[in-house]
Amino acid sequence: MGELKLMKGNEAVAEAAIRAGADGYFGYPITPQSEIMEYLMTEKPYETTGMVVLQAESEVAAINMVYGGAACGRMVMTSSSSPGISLKMEGISYLAGAELPAVIVNVVRGGPGLGTIQPSQSDYFQATKGGGHGDYRMYVLAPASVQEMSDFVKIGFEMAFKYLNPVMILSDGAIGQMMEKVVLFDPIPRRTPEEIEKQCPWATTGKNANRKHNVITSLLLDSHEQEQHVFKLRDKYERMQKEDVKFEKIQCDDAEFLFVAYGSSARICQKAVDIARAQGIKVGLFRPITLFPFPSEELLKLSSQIKGILSVEMSLGQMIEDIKLAVECKIPVNHFGRTGGVIHSPGEVFEALKSTYLGG
Amino acid sequence: MTEEIIIAGFGGQGVLSMGKILAYSGIMQNQEVSWMPSYGPEMRGGTANVTVILSDEMISSPIVNEFDTAIILNQQSMDKFEKTVKPGGILVYDPNGITRHPTRKDITIYSIDATDEANRMGNVKIFNMIVLGGYLKIKPVILIENIIKGLEKSLPKRHHGLIPENKNGVMRGMEIVKQN
Amino acid sequence: MDIKDIIKPENIVYQKTKLFTEKPLSYCPGCGHGTAHRMLLEVLEEMNIQDKTVGIAPVGCSVLAYEFLDIDMQQAAHGRAPAVATAVKRLMPDKFVFTYQGDGDLAAIGTAETIHACNRGENFTMIFINNGIYGMTGGQMAPTTLPGMRASTCPFGRDTEIMGNPLKITELLAQLPGVYYVTRQAVHTPNAVRKTKKALRIAFENQKLKKGISFVEIVSNCNSGWKMTPNQSNKWMEDNMFPFYPLGDIKVPQLEKV
Repeated sequence: MGELKLMKGNEAVAEAAIRAGADGYFGYPITPQSEIMEYLMTEKPYETTGMVVLQAESEVAAINMVYGGAACGRMVMTSSSSPGISLKMEGISYLAGAELPAVIVNVVRGGPGLGTIQPSQSDYFQATKGGGHGDYRMYVLAPASVQEMSDFVKIGFEMAFKYLNPVMILSDGAIGQMMEKVVLFDPIPRRTPEEIEKQCPWATTGKNANRKHNVITSLLLDSHEQEQHVFKLRDKYERMQKEDVKFEKIQCDDAEFLFVAYGSSARICQKAVDIARAQGIKVGLFRPITLFPFPSEELLKLSSQIKGILSVEMSLGQMIEDIKLAVECKIPVNHFGRTGGVIHSPGEVFEALKSTYLGG
Repeated sequence: MTEEIIIAGFGGQGVLSMGKILAYSGIMQNQEVSWMPSYGPEMRGGTANVTVILSDEMISSPIVNEFDTAIILNQQSMDKFEKTVKPGGILVYDPNGITRHPTRKDITIYSIDATDEANRMGNVKIFNMIVLGGYLKIKPVILIENIIKGLEKSLPKRHHGLIPENKNGVMRGMEIVKQN
Repeated sequence: MDIKDIIKPENIVYQKTKLFTEKPLSYCPGCGHGTAHRMLLEVLEEMNIQDKTVGIAPVGCSVLAYEFLDIDMQQAAHGRAPAVATAVKRLMPDKFVFTYQGDGDLAAIGTAETIHACNRGENFTMIFINNGIYGMTGGQMAPTTLPGMRASTCPFGRDTEIMGNPLKITELLAQLPGVYYVTRQAVHTPNAVRKTKKALRIAFENQKLKKGISFVEIVSNCNSGWKMTPNQSNKWMEDNMFPFYPLGDIKVPQLEKV
């Protein structure tokens, strides 16, 4: 078993980056995720593993540093919170277009605009539908604990390199700021330049006599070529759907009603399930862990036994659209959630279930 | 056992660090723990609060709307959190600066003159440890030796010299807490 | 003499630089980009660092530079090349890294990235092609468009009261401690070309010294955008651009005293 620590979610991300053997982190301060870069600058991995840590002049610069590093086959990442992620979206679109691996952490806060610094889940659309311009998707992981904040950094890099596609860890201010026990995975050494060139023959590491020059670009002026390129991206997204959907089912076996929730809302719903069960109401919790690819197939299977779904999100209701598509409108799907940085309590969630499906 | 605690007061009273010591100490006792702070500008000179959960089981929601225990250190927090204590739960507060005292009859209320005591002991920084001691006297959810271990974990090594004084604070708090 | 005789090795007086790909240049005939590319490639070839060089060309006429330069290349988003290059150099400090940017890219949309990479003293070479116009998008006003100069978005000439003054970004960057070497050159005459090549050589050699940014501005023509013949455009450049953007070294490292 790895090392046991009490850590903030943000700190767990930073520690996991070092342990995963990341080559670089590039960021810009924004609440509620600044602890990630603060932790890295305190730990100074550039003196131990050789990992580069740099505070950029903006979120825009940071994501483009990620682009440059990823184009060299390096394991690079950035993190920010909602307004900063909006700024990064151009770069993320370029990463997807150029098929580059990278991990982007979004510790979501309430919006739109400058909004609030309190936790929210209102960036679901942005994360799961691409976010930037063009026909692309990110692989999106939604951690619900400090443990997963650590674990998903490692999984995120694996997925980024498996699909050569940007991966987003969609967290929120609650998971980022809270402390929990975390078992840290054992450190993985950074890859050597030789290993990188072997793993990433496409990387721009200097053209030698044995190969053609490598070019990283997302520009295809011929629209037929661009169409073929987009089809190739589509095939990757379909492969994600087949091979790497992740979800968790809690007390679903005999459930008549279902909460569907991710991240901190899933934790809150877990307690609401306990409250409901104590009153004899058969409720389960379905937690999508990957928001893209969405676990539609599993949810559809489950829906045959379910009388109604309550999608619980800290937003006006965004994931609910994917749930409705998944269950093909065969059963009622309703939304409950506080927004703008207000966190719903387990009691509120339980009451919402009752008033929606059990006549108060 | 699951103990859901809210600690609330002014920024600078050591609210967050008291929660942190509790959480670390819980780990020393093989408990599951969560520490969920309020964060942001409201902490800079304003009110600060933290929810700490200690449990023998996996903790589902780190965010709860009612608590087994409320530790309250200023008036704003009293107004906000007195009503969130579960019936049968406890409320511990320092009367210093409190103008509207708690009135609920379905919970047990304790007071602790921690501000005055810290001044008397000549170290205002152990204020939060006196409060912690008072709480642990009422609800011995953590053994004192695990509190010391928790302190060792949560304090940087260079501050380990302060541990005996902190321990004194805890012990003193145990002596002076009283039921209203 | 037929063609076979002409291409005999002993008869060749001028040939394609080895580091050009087989792809014909897509730049407008008369444009300075081709010559600037060639000087860059000659320097890389002479230093024998093709296998250690990574170039970054963002949006602008040179967005397709990767088609022509037979070295590992990254195409960057508009203005972001200095940020991209920062990571490339920091993650691979033993490589030679350069950006190749136009005026709109370097001095308008990418001003923040330019200034901060320079101010951090990143250890790479910046090549700045200044032709006072947005060539790729069809001749719009650039941050370096001269007062009174016409462009499609200032069809009656740049009115500085409305559109502001041209930005002398090169002089501005020379003030920064992270910038080691700054020079302004041209590629419109054989003499100017020789000087540009020498400047590029210094700029790449400087990377070995790890002293910070080496910045080479090349004032160039855009005969298409300026709506002139190549010869007219070169003359216009001499008469109008050079007085505003005078050629020569702007910041030269002082020899360290022994």
